[in-house]
Amino acid sequence: MINADRRPERVALFVTCLVDLLYPEVGEATVSLLEEAGVAVDFPVGQTCCGQPPFNSGFVEDARRMGRTLLDAFEDAEAVVSPSGSCTAMVRSHFPHLFEGTPDEERARGLTSKTYELSEFLVDVCGATSQGSLDARVTFHDSCHGLRELGLTGQGRALLEEVDGLELVEMARPDACCGFGGTFSVRLPEMADAMADDKLDQTAATEADVLVAGDSGCLMHLVGRASRRGDRARPVHLAVLLAEARGLR
Amino acid sequence: MTRTGTPGRTFEQRAHVLLGQPSIGRNLGSALDTMLGTRAALLAGTDLEAMRTAGEQIRAHTIANLAGYLEEWSEKAEARGTRVFFADTGAEAVNYVRDVCRRRHASLVVKGKSMASEEIALADALETDGIEVLETDLGEYIQQIAEEPPAHIIAPAVHRSRGEVRDLFNRVHGTDLSDEPARLTAFAREHLRAKFLEADVGITGVNFAIAETGSISIVTNEGNGRMSSSLPPVHIAIMGMERILPSFRELTVMLPLLTASATGQRVSTYYNVISGPRRPEDPDGPEELHVVVLDNGRSAILPTEYRSILHCIRCGACQNVCPVFRQVSGHAYGSVYGGPIGAVLTPLLRGMEEAGDLPHASSLCGACTDICPVKIPLHEHLLGLRRDGARERAGAAERTTFRLWSWAWSSPRRYRLFARLSRLGQFPFARGNRVRRAPFPLSRWTRGRDLPTVARRTFRERWSDRGA
Repeated sequence: MINADRRPERVALFVTCLVDLLYPEVGEATVSLLEEAGVAVDFPVGQTCCGQPPFNSGFVEDARRMGRTLLDAFEDAEAVVSPSGSCTAMVRSHFPHLFEGTPDEERARGLTSKTYELSEFLVDVCGATSQGSLDARVTFHDSCHGLRELGLTGQGRALLEEVDGLELVEMARPDACCGFGGTFSVRLPEMADAMADDKLDQTAATEADVLVAGDSGCLMHLVGRASRRGDRARPVHLAVLLAEARGLR
Repeated sequence: MTRTGTPGRTFEQRAHVLLGQPSIGRNLGSALDTMLGTRAALLAGTDLEAMRTAGEQIRAHTIANLAGYLEEWSEKAEARGTRVFFADTGAEAVNYVRDVCRRRHASLVVKGKSMASEEIALADALETDGIEVLETDLGEYIQQIAEEPPAHIIAPAVHRSRGEVRDLFNRVHGTDLSDEPARLTAFAREHLRAKFLEADVGITGVNFAIAETGSISIVTNEGNGRMSSSLPPVHIAIMGMERILPSFRELTVMLPLLTASATGQRVSTYYNVISGPRRPEDPDGPEELHVVVLDNGRSAILPTEYRSILHCIRCGACQNVCPVFRQVSGHAYGSVYGGPIGAVLTPLLRGMEEAGDLPHASSLCGACTDICPVKIPLHEHLLGLRRDGARERAGAAERTTFRLWSWAWSSPRRYRLFARLSRLGQFPFARGNRVRRAPFPLSRWTRGRDLPTVARRTFRERWSDRGA
């Protein structure tokens, strides 16, 4: 599906509801990284949410209703890029069967074949560009859906390794879930907190200054927990850290 | 000595109890890391994907033809003198075993590890009849004297440190043992050895039955399975009806897959194939061999979208890798099957009424699906069960929440209105850009975490500023 030999001139940004409402700076960093990579960015304003909260709770019809906003918004886009492995995976792994047998089946498949996660798009489609520099010790959390549903293993790390002065240190289990899990974090909050503690303890053991992840869901959960615990490491979205390193903010 | 599970009606309640005992998560974490590490070291450089694909194909083929293979197996087994009993329910299975024990005037039963026997609470029933039942797997034995069910399907006492085991042994046996594992094991061995020789009946599980020869196979590391099945005059094996393979050809693929996935071993220490009771020319072995084939809700899964859960070979890898299981052990799942396999299987066996909350006891991280040696799409089954639950058992409040939410967010205009209203609504709760105490249902978030506020300017508002 990934067409590495042809970088589109324009992409549509699928910003995700979390970034739009809670972390607009992640969206802005995403735009500047894409523009720096030589790609023009559109933002179709009809988009809202991929529908993952109802989908993961079992409410399929409600999920379709939300997801349809993306089918409408990105119908004419050549490619769609999102600063979220989880929301990208919702489109790529689940939209085809979510809309199977509905009048939107074709449109869903069309969107699936042109949607990319940000680090994947930057590395696999654009090829890595400028490095920037940042004096920081950084550890990387592999968000589950990017890792297991999209198969993103090295892209985020590759981008970080290019940054001058940035020291990348691995935690014991970077691929272990942080405990966010969408509605899971509200259904079983005590469990979700225990899982966050596990991830933050692993982070602390690396003595990193920054805990980087590619998903704002994980980060909302980890930031919220770290603030209660008083952790030293600052959880930050990959796009924000890269934009910071490249002086794009 | 009835074993009591962790108190609580729901996963959340039981998990609350277990999370309050930090030693559980600590002990589990290091034990599971060891098991996963051994597995990874063994499998490094092998074509794991090819092995998993082969495993999946074998199990899918077998389960698609289950009735035929069970028939072939039982004919062959009976021809060699094995007594086969097909039990539709747990109660039927229990009653059959009780009858055999009664007929043999049994007073002591030794048991090898068997999750199927745990599933039907066999030991409790026999003890009601005044029979002493002794678990002979070391982990099961530890759990038995602790009066607790197993916490993991292949490592029953994995949540305990050796210090805890030492204290338990010393308390129960009035000994003064050290926490040296070799010393603890030697003590248990001594204690158990005498019992094997005295026992009237041995009960074991079955790892795989083999249709072409009517055999059963048992894999253990401690040799207790071999002693339980060969020393007492009667051997009763309890087997889930799905635990069958067509022939030895398939067994040679499945066994290494099982031991590698379970404990990171190329082969286990003991490996038995049993094809019948003692024949006149045999120097030893049991006079009677009974195999109880347990349905107990399994055949009802066959025609459903969840059929592949019957492919499971009970290796426990999904438990080892599950970040939820890791915090609380199998005890949080309210059944003998904990972790992802239990979160799928238990609602299917016992019904959504009783266990409908289990499919939500997962962050859907997908690590279970990735590690499963027979490629059961565990997290997709969890999603499927959540869909069933949303249809069948979701409360009005939850239904309405998602209905309203999706209505609001299915229109960009209403979505923008939602953002504006949230900004107003959060005002009394916000301290800077975060909320430390939110009203219900978000209070469930803020109990342990800060919640970010809706941004002063959302991304889309900033974007339109930029255009202006």
